[in-house]
Amino acid sequence: MTTLEAVGKTIELNNEGFLLDADQWTPELAETLAETVGLGPLSDKHWQVITFCREDAAREGQSPGLRRISKLSGVSMKELYQLFPKGPGKLAAKVAGLPKPQACI
Amino acid sequence: MNTATLTSPETTATAAATVSEVPVPEPITKIAIICSKGTLDMAYPGLILANAARMSGIDATLFFTFWGLDIISKETVDKLHVPTVGNPSMHIPTLVGGLPGMESLATSMMKKQMEKLDIPDVRELVEILDDSGAELYACRMAMDMFKRTEDDLLPQVKDVISAMDFYDKAAGAQILFI
Repeated sequence: MTTLEAVGKTIELNNEGFLLDADQWTPELAETLAETVGLGPLSDKHWQVITFCREDAAREGQSPGLRRISKLSGVSMKELYQLFPKGPGKLAAKVAGLPKPQACI
Repeated sequence: MNTATLTSPETTATAAATVSEVPVPEPITKIAIICSKGTLDMAYPGLILANAARMSGIDATLFFTFWGLDIISKETVDKLHVPTVGNPSMHIPTLVGGLPGMESLATSMMKKQMEKLDIPDVRELVEILDDSGAELYACRMAMDMFKRTEDDLLPQVKDVISAMDFYDKAAGAQILFI
């Protein structure tokens, strides 16, 4: 476990950098989490992905896989790779404060 | 005595220090996958692993050789089959597996199951890989052997290259043969 001092709180992350307590997530924290994984300020497109991931996870009870995001969020696969060049499969969930997705697709 | 030296606190402390200094393994940054088989069950592992690599931010290069060319050929990409003969994992007698229609049955069963799990078909998976920035190459020697031309290949294939070219493209990668 690692901790991150952000938005005036101590945020707990697991060894891979995923948020441990989903309730600690706020949009401001998403900006900080994005910085820790080398993403610049989040764009509207990023937020479209993050919002979809959080809503879908709340409905389905698990983090969406990448193909699901590209099919249902309105952001194409190509764009997802442009938005999260260091690996959209992990990073979208990480910034959205969700656990690592289990899907291989 | 030797035993005393081995168990002395000093030695133990040194050993502990050595253990804590074991470096964390370097993460994989690049993978090169050789796809040499053209059956449905052997097409998926290479494509899925390459896709999972890209999803994790790992560079992926794929080299299709011999029957693996069927995965990236326009004529065959939608017609890959699950073999029912010579495949002990099917758990059916070889003679039964050889009956007419058995292979089609096993193939359609697997495809249905894939669909249920929302796994894309091979053509879509190749498109996803292209969108993800993975690089797909066909083996020149296999192309010559099977008398195929670049026009026979899916548009996502970047180039037809030699085995030596493949090693150049795979520089710094972990290589996986399927």
